[in-house]
Parts: sequence; structure tokens; C-alpha cells
Amino acid sequence: MSATFLGIPPFPEAARAAVDDSRLRHNLRKATHTIRDKRGAVVTELEEDWERLRSEGAAIKSHTLRHLDHYLEQLESSVERAGGHVHWAADAAEANAIVTRLVQATGETDVVKVKSMATQEIELNNALAEAGITAYETDLAELIVQLGDDLPSHILVPAIHLGRSQIREIFLDQMAEWGVAAPEGLTDDPRALAEAARVHLRERFLRTRTAISGANFAVADSGTLVVLESEGNGRMCLTLPETLISVVGIEKIVPTWADLEVFMQTLPRSSTGERMNPYTSTWTGVTPGDGPQEFHLVLLDNGRTDVLADTVGRQALRCIRCSACLNTCPVYERTGGHAYGSVYPGPIGAILTPQLRGMSSEVDEALPYASSLCGACYEVCPVAIDIPEVLVHLREEVAAGPGHLGEKAMMKGAEAVLGSSHALNAAQHAAGAARNLVPRHLPGMAGAWTDTRDLPDVPAESFRQWWNKHEKGQS
Amino acid sequence: MRIALFITCVNDTLFPDTGRHVVRLLERLGHEVVFPEGQTCCGQMHYNTGYRRPAAKLAVRFVRTFEDADAVVVPSGSCAAMIRDNYPRLGGSGSRLSRKVAGLAPRVYDLTELLVDVLGVTDVGAYYPHKVAYHPTCHGLRMLGLGDRPYRLLRAVRGLELVELAGATECCGFGGTFAVKNGDVSSAMGADKARHAVESGAEVLCAVDNSCLMHIGGTLSRQRSGLRVAHIAEILASTEKEGALR
Ligand code: SF4
Repeated sequence: MSATFLGIPPFPEAARAAVDDSRLRHNLRKATHTIRDKRGAVVTELEEDWERLRSEGAAIKSHTLRHLDHYLEQLESSVERAGGHVHWAADAAEANAIVTRLVQATGETDVVKVKSMATQEIELNNALAEAGITAYETDLAELIVQLGDDLPSHILVPAIHLGRSQIREIFLDQMAEWGVAAPEGLTDDPRALAEAARVHLRERFLRTRTAISGANFAVADSGTLVVLESEGNGRMCLTLPETLISVVGIEKIVPTWADLEVFMQTLPRSSTGERMNPYTSTWTGVTPGDGPQEFHLVLLDNGRTDVLADTVGRQALRCIRCSACLNTCPVYERTGGHAYGSVYPGPIGAILTPQLRGMSSEVDEALPYASSLCGACYEVCPVAIDIPEVLVHLREEVAAGPGHLGEKAMMKGAEAVLGSSHALNAAQHAAGAARNLVPRHLPGMAGAWTDTRDLPDVPAESFRQWWNKHEKGQS
Repeated sequence: MRIALFITCVNDTLFPDTGRHVVRLLERLGHEVVFPEGQTCCGQMHYNTGYRRPAAKLAVRFVRTFEDADAVVVPSGSCAAMIRDNYPRLGGSGSRLSRKVAGLAPRVYDLTELLVDVLGVTDVGAYYPHKVAYHPTCHGLRMLGLGDRPYRLLRAVRGLELVELAGATECCGFGGTFAVKNGDVSSAMGADKARHAVESGAEVLCAVDNSCLMHIGGTLSRQRSGLRVAHIAEILASTEKEGALR
């Protein structure tokens, strides 16, 4: 059974622990800055083409989402025409039940998995475990997280929060229990670690007859599913087993094969800073004698149609999970992914998670505020999702709800003072007169400010008071 | 030219010197500054925290106060961005507010834009014999797209040595209510910004926004770093004759 995000406190509290963890801060800083710099270099070399690709990507996704019902039906028939089976899942429970049933039908109790956000989202591994089925992650970083009984903290690099010495310990302690043991004398040299994982996984690939994947794209007109990856482990899972089950969010559709042209350029550049990812696997239904002979596509809603109904928030469904916004976000860089309490962390998590789950919990209400609105995420997003716009939009929803009485009173007070220049002037006079009474450390909510920063001195005279004298020639 | 000053509530209350510097600078350059009485606040705090209705009310007030101005100067990048980028989202399409915002927003400028683009000066005749680092605030950088305007203005200041700031484009962590709601992350971001500022070897860190400077300056002050912060208006208003104006 793998760990879950349940019980993680709301962002400000979870972030406090993360900010205080210097090893975590070090690992995150190093990793995010490395990918950020690589991305910057390969994006810059495209010059103005980049902005064109960006708006084309956004346009393709927006168009598809607007006509999603049409493209979903088209995808269903093209997959079935190619020999695959299509299943519809309204929520996580339904998706998990479908997949469990499909695996049970194969008679297997072990499955290999291609790294997939959709299956993380529905916590498929736990559901399978309850049915006595063991799911083995095969993506290197995902494997590390699974062996460590940990939680993913990044969309693309789930183990980004761990340093290589921590990974070595996990391999030495856990690999034997899951399969081929780590070699004795394993060092923390990245190549040695990768080799240990390779040996461990190889045996698994050759033995397992059922695989579960997600997909980066689903092409509606041909019924082709597409996975982009760096390691080749995904391709092993997609080609060796007899049965392949793919769990795919309904927003992953593109209308035609030609639309991939845009994303094949923007996705690798945005995610790993490569011009082209090393492995791109595509499959269309089944082909006798080649690859899996049985293919199931599980189309997952799980809140997505609700998101579509929100005219501002729906742009989050354009996301191609490149993780550029995570790598560039100054907040994510200092907290890591666990603080967000969701498989989707960082800026995209802050807008997607509360929309998918609904904002009924403290955790989800805190997420739209987990940003300084600096705009760096919007700047890098290859499908131009205006994340700050959606954050503010979701904050409106939180502010309109019950609770947050202290803040509401504060905002009301500010509204009264700012509602007229006379009221503001009077308040400034009062502040100027009481200026020597303001302590350096404030109690309550404002204490968050004075814990680490000095407040400025309140001036004796406001600008408008000075201006009135200036106008009369007195200064 | 006759220029209307929107001082912003934070500057008005906490940093009145910035307004005085703007007035002296523009008057020195031969322009007339007017200060429309009814002005208060752009509504950014309300808007960014999710309180749209009061923000819209303040937008209406702003538009009413400034609609006749030829040019409005805003010595705060984030408030200028609020007006230009976010006001259009506040009124419904075709509403009175939207129409008026569409007319007024193009005449609203950050100080550096006003100087370089509208008044056509980069050498404002300033003298400031100090090592200075420039922090390009997020709103100045990404929303207003100030580009190299501030650097050009600073490079033309006599005596000023402009030093490079590492991690310049990264947010300082202020973010309005973010600084309170997520105080720990905000402080961590501020600490990194302050460290870069100290390591730059500058005597003064400047920006186009006092809110960011208040956050970074508060951190620097708590660290007893000896590095001070200054709004760009202070530097541009300083001359050999008058010195750095208080
Ligand atoms: S929101 Fe944009 S930048 Fe972030 S993961 Fe999705 S596509 Fe990438």
C-alpha cells in the first residue's frame, strides 16, 4: 500500500516545515534551477517561433475542450475500430473498479506501470493492493518514491526532493523486498544508482504480462495513444506485456495526428529542457503478433467536466503536465510538492487541484493563495495558461464562502478607509500622531510580518498633507 | 506637459518622500504636476485577495478621478499593472466601467515609462554618487514589460555605479497579503533576495515599487545589513545642487 496525501495540513502550515528543512531546500534549489536553465536555453533558440507554437498549442487545446463531446466520441470509435476497448469512468472509484476488474480478468496479480499522473490522481496502486494486485512502478523516480514509501513531489521528477545519498539508502534497504536486491557496495554515483534500478527492473519487465499506463496525448481521428519519456522503461511496459490498460484524462485529446507537431516541440523543451525527448511511443489499438494483444482505454472524468463549466478556470485543462511552472515557481522551489497536499503541486496544482476536488476543505481553500502572483508560471507555460488569473478567480470563490471572518473584517475596514479621500486623510492623521506607539513586533496575524522583517517607520506627515502645503508654497 | 499624479495609498501613507521626489523631478524637467483630490487606492489588495466587489468600486473611483488627465503617473509598478491589466477584467464586457477603462488605461504610466516613452528623456540630470543595484519587480518585469527603461535611466545618472544583481528576475516574496498568509515562504524568498542584494556589493537597492522595497528593506534592516533601499524616484530626483532629497 503506498502513502497518500490525506492528513497533510493546509499549505501555510505544511510549507513551514518544508522551508525549515535545509536539505530539502538544497535538493530542490539545485534540481529546479538546473532544469530551468536548460529549458531557458532551448526555448530561447526558437526565438519568435516559440510564441507562435505557444499560441497554437493553446488554440488546439481550447478548441478540443470546446468540442470535447465530439472528439471523445470520435476517439472511442477509432480506438474500437483499431481493436481496442473503451471504458468510461466518472470518478476515481469507478476508474479503479474498472482497472481492477480488467486486471483480474487476466488472472495476473502483478502489473508493471508506466509513470502516469492520472493513476496517481485516482490512487490506483492502493485500490489494486486492496484486491491483492501489486503494481510496480517502472519510472526511475517513481520507483524511488514507491520503494521509499514516500509521496511524489513533482509531476515529472517525483523524487526531486531526494538527494542521491538518500536514494542509495532507499535502494539498499528496500529493493530486495520488492524484487532483485541492490548490489552490495552500491555507491551514490548516479550511474551506479541507475544501473541498480535497471537490473532490478529488467527482471520485472520480462516476467510481467499486464501493464498499466497513462498517455500524454490521445489522437481522436486515428485512436492513437502517445507517451513521451526519457528512460525507455515506459516503452518496455508498452511493448512486452500481453495486456495494456491505459487510464487517460478526458482532456488529453488532440483532434489529429498533425496536431502533435506543436506539442512534440513544446513539451520536451518545457519539461526536460531537451529539443526532443529520447523515447516517444505510440500505439493504435492492437496489431496481431506485435505488442500487447489486448488493449483497454479507460477515459477518466473525475471532476474534469465540472472544471469545463467554469469559463475562467477551464483553461487549467489545457495543461500538458510539462512541469515548467513548477520548476520556475519561487514558492515551489522553497516548499517542494508535498506541501500542496496533492499529486499536482506547484502553480498548476494550486489551480487544478481545488477545481478537481472542489473547495470544501481547508487544504483546498488554501491552495489558491499559495502564490505571490509573480507571473513566472504564466510566462513559461507552453499552452499559455494564465495561472495568476485563475488563482485570483479561485480566491474570489474562497472569499465568497463562509469563514475567514478576521480577513473579511479587515477588508471591510480597508474598504471604508479607502472609500473616500477624507477618510483616508483622517486615518493618516491618526497614524501619524500614533507613530511612536507602533511596536517593532506585532501580535496576531501581522506577527507573520514582523517575525522576520522590520516594519517601516510611519511618517509624521502623509504625502497629501505635504502636497497641500506645497500647493500653498509652503515647501 | 500636465501630468496627474496617482500617489497610491501605500506611498501616500508610508512613503510620502517618493511622491515628493516625483513632483520635484517632473517640475525640474519643466512639467506641471497635478494631484487630483479624490484619489485613494487602486484596489489591488482587494482584487488579489479575492474581494472583487470593493476592488471594482475603487476602480470606478480611480476612473472618475483621472478620466480627464492627459497622462497619469503611478510611482508603483504593481498599481500601474493593476490598472492596466486587471481593471479591464473587473467590469463586464460593454459595461460603463470597461469602456472608461479602455479609454484611460493607455494613458496610465509607471514613472520610468512616462520619462522614457512619453517625455522622451533618459538623462534626467540626476547626480547620485553611489553603487546601486536594480531589482526589476515582477509587475514591472512581466506585466508592464518595463524592459531596459529603468536601467537606461540609471545609467545616465552621474556618479552612479550600476552593479549586477544575481537572481534579479525572481520574485522577492512580497505579493501583498501573501506576505502575511504565507509568511514563512515569503520570508524565505525575501531572505534570498536580500542575500543577493548584499552580495552585489551595492550600497543602495532600488526598484519602481515601494511595496517590494518595504519587504526587502524590512529583511535587510532586521539583518542589520547596512544596505538601504530607495525608490528609483529618489535617485532620479537627486542632483548635485540639492543632494539626495530627504
Ligand atoms: S500549467 Fe503549463 S507550465 Fe504548468 S505543467 Fe501545465 S502546461 Fe506545463
